Amino acid sequence: MSRRALFKFQLYVAGDAPNSVQAVANLAAFCRDHLADRHEIEIIDVFREPKRALAEGILMTPTLVALTPPPVRKVVGTLSHAPTVLLALGLVAGAA
Amino acid sequence: MQSAGSPLGQAPTKASTGIAGFDEITNGGLPHGRTTLLVGGPGSGKTIFALQFLARGARECKEPGIFVAFEENSARIVANATSFGWRLDELLGKEKLFFLDAQPQFDLVQSGDFDLGGMLAALEAQAKAMRARRIVFDALDVVLALLPDQAAKRREIYRLHAWLLARELTGIITAKAGGDETSVVIQQQFSFMQFMVDCAVILNHSVALGVSHRNLRVLKYRGSGFDENESPFLIGSGGLEVAVARTPARVDAKVSNERVSSGVERLDTMLGGGYYRGASILITGFSGTAKTTLSGAFAAAACQRGERTLFVSFDSDCNEVIRNLASVGIGLDQYVKNGCLRMISARSISGSAESYLVRVKTLAEAHGARCLVIDPVSTWYKSSNDSTVQNVADRLIDWSKGDGITLLCTSLLDEMSNRVENGSPLQISALVDTWIHLNYLMQAGERNRGLSIVKSRGTAHSNQLRELILSDAGVTLADTYTAGGEVLMGTLRWEKERAERVASETAEAAAKLKRVKLDAEEAELEVRVKSLQTELTAKQVEKALLVRATQSHEGELSRGRSQMKELRGDDATIAGAEASLP
Repeated sequence: MSRRALFKFQLYVAGDAPNSVQAVANLAAFCRDHLADRHEIEIIDVFREPKRALAEGILMTPTLVALTPPPVRKVVGTLSHAPTVLLALGLVAGAA
Repeated sequence: MQSAGSPLGQAPTKASTGIAGFDEITNGGLPHGRTTLLVGGPGSGKTIFALQFLARGARECKEPGIFVAFEENSARIVANATSFGWRLDELLGKEKLFFLDAQPQFDLVQSGDFDLGGMLAALEAQAKAMRARRIVFDALDVVLALLPDQAAKRREIYRLHAWLLARELTGIITAKAGGDETSVVIQQQFSFMQFMVDCAVILNHSVALGVSHRNLRVLKYRGSGFDENESPFLIGSGGLEVAVARTPARVDAKVSNERVSSGVERLDTMLGGGYYRGASILITGFSGTAKTTLSGAFAAAACQRGERTLFVSFDSDCNEVIRNLASVGIGLDQYVKNGCLRMISARSISGSAESYLVRVKTLAEAHGARCLVIDPVSTWYKSSNDSTVQNVADRLIDWSKGDGITLLCTSLLDEMSNRVENGSPLQISALVDTWIHLNYLMQAGERNRGLSIVKSRGTAHSNQLRELILSDAGVTLADTYTAGGEVLMGTLRWEKERAERVASETAEAAAKLKRVKLDAEEAELEVRVKSLQTELTAKQVEKALLVRATQSHEGELSRGRSQMKELRGDDATIAGAEASLP
């Protein structure tokens, strides 16, 4: 069941750009609200690790990559709209 | 917004695009270290332009480049570009070129605002690694469309522009514009961009009378002069080719006094020695007036001199032309075989006048042609409007002059009328140096060809109409006869010639006879003069004798009388006799 699954996130940010800062905050809040105790977040700064971003094809910041559970999903933006994020992660049905 | 690369007061250097003609328009290329905006509708050639710019930089300017593909998959872009012969794979292999696939995924989930910071960071690392100097953002509008509002879009454009300037990269940003209603928004977007960038170029693709026309226009170019007009261009086998009116470096180049033969001896005489080298010659006439034959004669003469020649036939197949010309003693076959003459049949090409011009130019340059024949140039009028054709005609002549190519064009008059005099279908006639007109004259049930020189700049030329005769032996010109205000040709000319020959023979015989007669009369008179002279002398002698005889007689008489008186002694009679004497 997806409710029990562990969510591994990578959040690509561009330094402390306003969008990125906002996304970090939004993601933290989202996980607290919906995925308490079953999430891991790695924050990758594209300014520090541009090669990694390039390899992953991350071009817009901020971008959230949900590595597990499969399939890999990507959400672009500040994550300010929680329902969209829920839908993207396939959590809507379970949450309802 | 001064680029760090060019200090104040210094004109920006140029980055060559490798696009034939475009570097001329902009005096060298795109502004080096600055950003250029390339706007155009779908299929207008933006991507090819940008790719060619990168290929040129990587291959010839030691400026590696990055291509950011927002719209099309990079593998497909490379595949599509293989036909242009830029060998992008090779450049990719040597890390002189890098493609970044930045197409937004169709299933991309978006929540809230985002920016292009990640992409720029990634690009920065890549640019540093490969020492890239050129970068292309292809179809920026695609990614901008994802941004929620105008302010965000502007912010990202500014971000991109500032990033480019700070890195002194010579950048091209392409964006779609025109075409449909939805693009109005994009156009607003990019009209703002046009203010920001240092150079803006608009590509346009339209269809007029069913023929595709492409042109581009440099909208702005900070710190540089440029050609502001729309310049037609073509996507040819080597990429974009822009038609330019004049190659600035070659203006008024090579004015030659050298004469080149027209291939018809008599015509050379009429022209005072032939055409000028580098001149443009126009031959007009209805169909069948031997325009092609004269062109062929010119081409054959050029090849005989060993000059490389290009013969472009727009109305018949090359082999047909060769065969037909062989029948009038013009053998082109040998020159085609030895490579001196290149014959191109362009019958199948349909396109705008520009595309014809560019193709002919490319072919002529590839062949290294010194003489060029276009038969007939009037084909070009079919597919374009008057102003375009005028423009193309200008450029054709400027180009051939600039390159010192002797250009011979024929022009078909499609109506059996005298439209040639008012010149409407022949905008080119005003520009050419020599204009020869061929015509038919219908007389006594015959149709004969007449040739006249309408104009020939810088040359004393014959003002007379000549009859053009085609035979197995070749092309010759014959004098025509004017009789009672009418020009005689063909059989009538022959009859007239014969009649004149007979008449002159008769006259000669008559003169001979007269001379003999006069000789005889002269001789007779001389004889008479002599005999009269003799007679005169005799008369004079006789007269002298008579005088002498009279004197002696009178002396005798007076002597006799005085003797008598003396004998008589008669004084009175002596006095009386003396008084009565006379």
